[in-house]
Amino acid sequence: MTGAAPYDSDQPHGDSASSYDPNYVPDSVKSFVVHMYRHIREKNVYEIHQMYETSFQSISDRFFKDAPWPSVDAVATYVDNDHVFCLLYREMWFRHLYARLSPTLKQRIDSWDNYCNLFQVVLHGVVNMQLPNQWLWDMVDEFVYQFQSFCQYRAKMKNKTEQEIALLRQYDQAWNVYGVLNYLQALVEKSSIIQILEQEKEGLEQFTATDGYDYSGGSNVLKVLGYFSMVGLLRVHCLLGDYHTGLKCILPIDISQQGVYTSVIGSHITTIYHYGFANLMLRRYTEAIREFNKILIYIFKTKQYHQKSPQYEQILKKNEQMYALLAVTLSLCPQLKLVEETVNSQLREKYGEKMLRMQRYDDEAFALYDELFSYACPKFITPSASSYEEPLVNYNQDAYRLQLKLFLYEVKQQQLLSGIRTFLNVYSTISIAKLASYMEVDEDTLRTILMTYKHKMHSVDSDGKIISNMDTNFYIDDDMVHVVESKAPKKYGDYFMRQIVKLEGITSDIDRVKLE
Amino acid sequence: MGREMTNQKPQSEMSYTVEQLVSVNPYNPDILPDLENYVNEQVSSQTYSSNANLCLLRLYQFETERMSTQIVARILIKALMAMPAPDFSLCLFLIPERVQILKMRTEWVLVLWKGRGMTIGMQMEDQFKTLIVLSHYLETARFRQFWDEAAKSRHILEVVPGFEQAIQAYAIHVLSITYQKVPRSVLAEAINIEGLVLDKFIEHHITNSGWSIEKNQNKGQLIIFPHNEFNDPELKKSAADGIPLENITRILPILG
Repeated sequence: MTGAAPYDSDQPHGDSASSYDPNYVPDSVKSFVVHMYRHIREKNVYEIHQMYETSFQSISDRFFKDAPWPSVDAVATYVDNDHVFCLLYREMWFRHLYARLSPTLKQRIDSWDNYCNLFQVVLHGVVNMQLPNQWLWDMVDEFVYQFQSFCQYRAKMKNKTEQEIALLRQYDQAWNVYGVLNYLQALVEKSSIIQILEQEKEGLEQFTATDGYDYSGGSNVLKVLGYFSMVGLLRVHCLLGDYHTGLKCILPIDISQQGVYTSVIGSHITTIYHYGFANLMLRRYTEAIREFNKILIYIFKTKQYHQKSPQYEQILKKNEQMYALLAVTLSLCPQLKLVEETVNSQLREKYGEKMLRMQRYDDEAFALYDELFSYACPKFITPSASSYEEPLVNYNQDAYRLQLKLFLYEVKQQQLLSGIRTFLNVYSTISIAKLASYMEVDEDTLRTILMTYKHKMHSVDSDGKIISNMDTNFYIDDDMVHVVESKAPKKYGDYFMRQIVKLEGITSDIDRVKLE
Repeated sequence: MGREMTNQKPQSEMSYTVEQLVSVNPYNPDILPDLENYVNEQVSSQTYSSNANLCLLRLYQFETERMSTQIVARILIKALMAMPAPDFSLCLFLIPERVQILKMRTEWVLVLWKGRGMTIGMQMEDQFKTLIVLSHYLETARFRQFWDEAAKSRHILEVVPGFEQAIQAYAIHVLSITYQKVPRSVLAEAINIEGLVLDKFIEHHITNSGWSIEKNQNKGQLIIFPHNEFNDPELKKSAADGIPLENITRILPILG
């Protein structure tokens, strides 16, 4: 991947390598940076957003399809050599590079330096800009993505050259896991975003109401970066396999409501995807199903509006992955009533066959669980650097293999539960002896299986409370199993309330008529 | 169960400082020794902090050369004691396999080199495997097999006081969400207590946990658990029909 490009110049690969001149600035780029610089100084957030989303893309498509943008040194003169603007430009520059080309090791290191400089400026509180949420989200998202990419790259030791290893040893601080986590943590802390969200609940602060923007002449950058960094932390912790801590990081955000995280579709999807995945690994199946269901409905309704956006591909990919995760979760915990009709029909189309086979828990089923999990899971990373000593092996798959193994181990433990479900769906009461003979196990084993069912279908939430995920419920009275019919509870309270409000509406309408 | 333990014992000064560290400055290699000491304190004072232990496992993941198998084994045992919370799985998610094997081989070689013999070396590798097997038995409610294996592995488990009681609490939890009335023999096997000791145990729970007993025609004693939303469908239904307060406040002006 890093190939033979020299390490001290920003040269791309491919045929355009010979034609790339980092100092050549086409007119459109000159005009782009000049206008962008002015809009940033004048805090015209709408215009900045337009330029960032649309102009940057169209100029890239026209001139820089497979070459980097002009170097920052070449454009600096058009923007008064403004330090902060240059950092922002470089941020876009590297993001474009990662998207269209393969970064060299030196470029990866330089990008890390740029993020450090940019974040340090923001953390010092001297930034006075208002930037669009889309851009601020992209910064955090890209930061985590480049970290993940670096870990994958570093773990592929087999074909590393001497120079690469020497460079890795020399710049061991670049994309160091401590650095990444501490920057995200620092943004969360310095922005006081957690306290702001708390105070907002009591009406003492305005944040969500303004989408994070500051209408009193200040800057939104630190606050919003701090906010998105919570999602960044959730993502990094999932990549490390630490689901519990990941969910803790996202706790200040109320995902049952709209919020700044829903103001950018990329952030909305990333948050729910990782939230759902973490809940799946923690066996909180109903919670995972609920959230996947909600986001899949949302994507279904709104994806048409994002067809032209550069995130469209990613949106579709995550959509497919979440269907796969939903298929897996529902196979372990068949709570179909939690799934809305549109999502259900899509699910049946994509995974109906496979779900039936997964619920058989035979060898084929495990292969399917493996397949879907591998397709849909995050790209887990090994955070530690290797010792760079012989023999050089690739260990970039180790983290993924561990998570997969543990997941399949969990599935294996639930193997006998689907058999129970079939019988419980047919009988309202059945003796232990009879059920044991139907299932062809002895009574002691059956009691064990029933208890396993109960244990696996109850999860512990973050406060230590036991939550039931039971689809088919039952209890045992000595040696009789009593199955509880899972009727959807009649919402009498809800019905009465709606009628009260309706009557009130009619009464006031009638009153109005009388007056006229 | 596990998580409740920290609330029952008064917090020591050390635990207070460490908890602060974990919540304010968790991504810091310098706190590793503090976290290791804290694991040992949890063991000796019979307290538990999953956050601190996960933090330590994370640091071990970042710097695999600093990982101590002994500390990890203790964390895993403590996590078993926290069941039904999934802490044991959470810990396994964070322990890289490659390092596990390498670490254990190194220690094994070191022990042989120091001339202490094969058996101790084998014990190192066995520890993790044994704990995983024990976890498997508990996850699949195979209590009889669990207690058999636990007896064989006493040398690994006895370093952590309170282990037996914690597992018994878990066993009772699983029984009480599954059964309204459980035969005495099933209870006995689950908590590994028999005879007079079991009688005393049951009596204690009758007084303190709302248990009761009744005589079954031929099988002997039946222990009756208090009804909860998990073993009693009636209780569950009433929980589901609750109305959130915000909805009520909407109609209060109308009613008033």
